[in-house]
Amino acid sequence: MGQTNSEMEALIAAEYAQGFITRIDSDTFPPGLDEAVVRAISERKGEPEWMLQKRLEAYRHWLTMDQPDWAVINHPPIDFQQISYYSSPKQSPKLESLDQVDPEILATYEKLGISIEEQKALSGVAVDAVFDSVSVATTFRETLAEAGVIFCAISEALRDYPELVRQYMASVVPHKDNFFAALNSAVFSDGTFVYIPEGVKCPMELSTYFRINEAKTGQFERTLIIAEAGSEVSYLEGCTAPMRDENQLHAAVVELVAMEDAKIKYSTVQNWYPGDLEGKGGIYNFVTKRGDCRGDRSHISWTQVETGSAVTWKYPSCILRGRDSVGEFYSVAVTKGFQQADTGTKMIHIGENSRSTIVSKGISAMQGSNAYRGLVRIAGKAENARNHTRCDSLLIGDRCAAHTFPYIEVKNPTAKVEHEATTSKVSEDQLFYCRQRGLTEEDAVSMIINGFCKEVFQELPMEFAVEAQKLLAVSLEGAVG
Amino acid sequence: MLAIKNLTASVDGKEILKGVDLQVEAGELHAIMGPNGSGKSTLAHILAGRDGYSVTGGEVRYLGEDLLQLEVEERARQGLFLAMQYPVELPGVNNMSFLRESMNALRRARGEPEIDTLSFMKQVKEKARQVKLDEKLLKRSVNAGFSGGEKKRNEILQMAMLEPKLAILDETDSGLDIDALRTVADGVNRLRTAERGMLVVTHYQRLLDYIQPDKVHVLADGRIVRSGGKELALELEARGYGWLLEEAAA
Repeated sequence: MGQTNSEMEALIAAEYAQGFITRIDSDTFPPGLDEAVVRAISERKGEPEWMLQKRLEAYRHWLTMDQPDWAVINHPPIDFQQISYYSSPKQSPKLESLDQVDPEILATYEKLGISIEEQKALSGVAVDAVFDSVSVATTFRETLAEAGVIFCAISEALRDYPELVRQYMASVVPHKDNFFAALNSAVFSDGTFVYIPEGVKCPMELSTYFRINEAKTGQFERTLIIAEAGSEVSYLEGCTAPMRDENQLHAAVVELVAMEDAKIKYSTVQNWYPGDLEGKGGIYNFVTKRGDCRGDRSHISWTQVETGSAVTWKYPSCILRGRDSVGEFYSVAVTKGFQQADTGTKMIHIGENSRSTIVSKGISAMQGSNAYRGLVRIAGKAENARNHTRCDSLLIGDRCAAHTFPYIEVKNPTAKVEHEATTSKVSEDQLFYCRQRGLTEEDAVSMIINGFCKEVFQELPMEFAVEAQKLLAVSLEGAVG
Repeated sequence: MLAIKNLTASVDGKEILKGVDLQVEAGELHAIMGPNGSGKSTLAHILAGRDGYSVTGGEVRYLGEDLLQLEVEERARQGLFLAMQYPVELPGVNNMSFLRESMNALRRARGEPEIDTLSFMKQVKEKARQVKLDEKLLKRSVNAGFSGGEKKRNEILQMAMLEPKLAILDETDSGLDIDALRTVADGVNRLRTAERGMLVVTHYQRLLDYIQPDKVHVLADGRIVRSGGKELALELEARGYGWLLEEAAA
């Protein structure tokens, strides 16, 4: 069967379609990190003094921390002095409209299938595009403003709404939270800020595309979403990067705050460059994402489709503080080549009757390694808390790996916690069966994988579900459909 | 329609088929019987193009073409259908969508438009009723959690929907109770037309109580050792396979 495995792998080994480099002039810091760099970033951004002080505090704390080593991932040590911490396309610092954006950058997004212009005109999706360290275009701002929704780059928010940012930033993920969160808190250069006022249902999907272009740079974006009482928002982020031989670091922090009866739906389609099939290059993706269900009956839902990055380390989590608050995590993670993913979630139940659902689908092919790591914690005060976890792994070929690490801590006897897990394999028998019924191997694999991921895809906003399916087809081209 | 000439094949270096000759014409139903390990399933799998077998000699012509040169899906698209002994489960893949994808793949290959939803639904419901497959199973994942009998009924349903030119049934009767056996037999009989060839591989004679074969062949030790009419099956039922093997060896 060795033969068939390699045939299958040839089919899986599709090229990374987003791997091109955009040639533009950029203002890029030389590699290295010290207090002067932190100050310089803050200065470039024209930040208030308190922000600089927060950055410095985070930086000094970061110096005392060690990189965590508990995840099932292997990579050479990251040299933080070899990374450039700021890169920005050269142009006038403040953009009034899309016309001022470098056409090369717009062309880049066009090539990625994200036509900012077109999206603006047709789809009713508001887009913020972050290119290397800087937000280059935010569309639909006026329409959103009429509804009272703020959707802008976080650097702008620091200028225009400093008090809001000050109140909420680091209130969900404090800089001491972990090594990468501390680093991000010191050097974050841009990201997205969303504010939905009380009772407002955001009139459109909000979406951000992140693109790392410049070589040897890291991307450290910071996203902050605040949903006031009774408001609702659906947000999607997409990520790509050029193919480069060296590894690049991406260490983002995302904070969500949901007040009473508010609902935040956060979807990610992550397709950073995964490295080549020998394991060379690729993005190291160390991300801290956390949502705080502060108000009663608040609801936070994370959906992620993770097909890229050489290393993925992320655990989008919910702190279920409010009574009857709801946390959800739906995940598809694909690893092929030498990709490694250690991903999952944390559901921290504090409020009475809080409920959480976890659905994790891991797909491993070739030498890919996929670990689900999840924590369900029911605090003493969380009467009648409920969790249901479902964790499925699909293996393709015989050299890949799947791991499951569920942690369950229950301190209240009324809690109900369920955990289901399965591991299955796309078998030769299945492929033969489908082909005997006239389907190609590609169609067969795609059918089996889409079937496997169905529960997660149906959580994505419609247009992105289609995109995710396509991405999966490219990511596992052929054999494993 | 199907002409097998002196076919030899091995698995992992062990010779399983040692020179099989067989000719099936349109409109004919042939039964292949034989003891366990005689190569019956190997023959069915080689005709469908399954990996893991090496054909070491001989040839197979199907509708005038060299069948062994075709990929598995190309054979299927040219009307060759294999009802499997162990139908495979496809968790998460909806039974009806699977069937429809399959039908459309075949229709596209024939240059026909895809089937519209309405006529597909009508057909699938009618045929599910004929093979006594619970309609609920149409909405479930392909074969996932089906009983042995349900899986076989599902195979017959697929066969009825795909309307093959040549249908091969690989021990479809094994492990079935009498009701399921009858349903399978009815399904086969319903598909018997002047244009269609059928090859029914079976270990037991009892399926042939319900299906009247035009010819019966006995495959033993990799060769067809005896061919005859329906009466050959009855003789096998009465006398077993031993005497044939002895005769063949002699």
